[in-house]
Amino acid sequence: MSEIQERGYSHPEALVSTEWVAQHLNDPKIRIIESNEDPLLYPSGHIPGAVEVDWTRDLNDQLRRDYLGKVEFEALMSRIGVTPDTLLVLYGDKSNWWATYAFWVFNLFGHTKAVVMDGGRLKWEQEHRPMNREVPHFPVTDYSAPDRNDEVNRIFRDGVLHHVREGKKLVDVRSREEYSGEKLHMEGYPNEGALRGGHIPGAKSIPWSRAINPQDGTFRPAAELREIYGVGAGLSPEDEIVAYCRIGERSSHTWFVLKYLLGYPKVRNYDGSWTEWGNLVGVPIEK
Amino acid sequence: MPDYTGVPQMLIDTVQMFSAMDRSERIQTLIDLGTKFKPVPAEIATQPYPESQRVPHCESEAFVFAEPLNDGSLKFHFDVLNPQGISAKATAVILDRALSGAPLDQVIAVPADVIYDIFGRELSMGKNMGLTGMVNMCKAAAAQQRDRAAS
Repeated sequence: MSEIQERGYSHPEALVSTEWVAQHLNDPKIRIIESNEDPLLYPSGHIPGAVEVDWTRDLNDQLRRDYLGKVEFEALMSRIGVTPDTLLVLYGDKSNWWATYAFWVFNLFGHTKAVVMDGGRLKWEQEHRPMNREVPHFPVTDYSAPDRNDEVNRIFRDGVLHHVREGKKLVDVRSREEYSGEKLHMEGYPNEGALRGGHIPGAKSIPWSRAINPQDGTFRPAAELREIYGVGAGLSPEDEIVAYCRIGERSSHTWFVLKYLLGYPKVRNYDGSWTEWGNLVGVPIEK
Repeated sequence: MPDYTGVPQMLIDTVQMFSAMDRSERIQTLIDLGTKFKPVPAEIATQPYPESQRVPHCESEAFVFAEPLNDGSLKFHFDVLNPQGISAKATAVILDRALSGAPLDQVIAVPADVIYDIFGRELSMGKNMGLTGMVNMCKAAAAQQRDRAAS
């Protein structure tokens, strides 16, 4: 049994180890994808054969606040040379924060054949595994995607309002200061935040990074995660859960943890998050 | 481009240099600058650094130190504890070169948008907040030094 399987996750197949990736660098059935917050990291060196998917340029609609549509998604997947049968291996900086964000967006388009490399870029670097600056080019494919499905894993503001009124569970994965409303945004950058501080009524505060071992970026074992989310936030597998943060990136990390590592089936990411909720007129807020 | 009136010429030159670059040139230049980063010397500060020197909102765990020079200006020193903090290191090199030794009023006049002008608009909000925090720490140190000199 591998070390990941010993951690008791509901879906251990959603994770691969750095060692597994090292042994599959030339596997034509997989595509290694790096997704970071820091735009300098991938060009400064990456896992050999890895392509970059940038959340700003590749995953977002360039005009409206939304993710890319079916046509753009097909173009992205074709450009990085994958087919619906390709196993996507995602990794990145910030303990895979951005990798899980990409994982979530791929999921909206039904590409669930994807895994996250446990520990991300940090662990790969700590283990002194090979990296290079060569940007690989793969033969372009003709990827055909279904329409984006926002029903299962995504929720919009009206859905969240309904969720709140029904007294269902929410998890706020921002920092404690953001949850308490103490911190709204950075001075001089009103677009970074919201007009009001606080959290959505009923939301429990579990900062996203609690799911991570800070020393190597790996996910905590299932027993510890159950302690954090089950005992600490009162979440259980039968709950309908909404996770949110500021723009939906950190909460996609928690979405991944709850859905794949703990096997909670009904978890949705509210990507409007606090930058929407804290600016909406008339919605309830708790401090 | 925002208003760079009254800002150190070195910073204006740097911003103009980046604005003339395409994305890949800009990234390569920033990576190269990051490799030139040298942490704050031990005679100025040693770890654990005081929390007052920590850059707020910066996940790269950046710290800023200001050393008063004889002419009344400041020499800026930095440390970046996150080994993946390559953008923070590049920013530190740029700020040290452009702001150290500059008249305090010029440091104070640096516009908050300078990070976007150097890194490009596609920089994430969180990343921008951290790097802008480094700029703001330098500006605050300059303002403090000016007030001290005036009192």
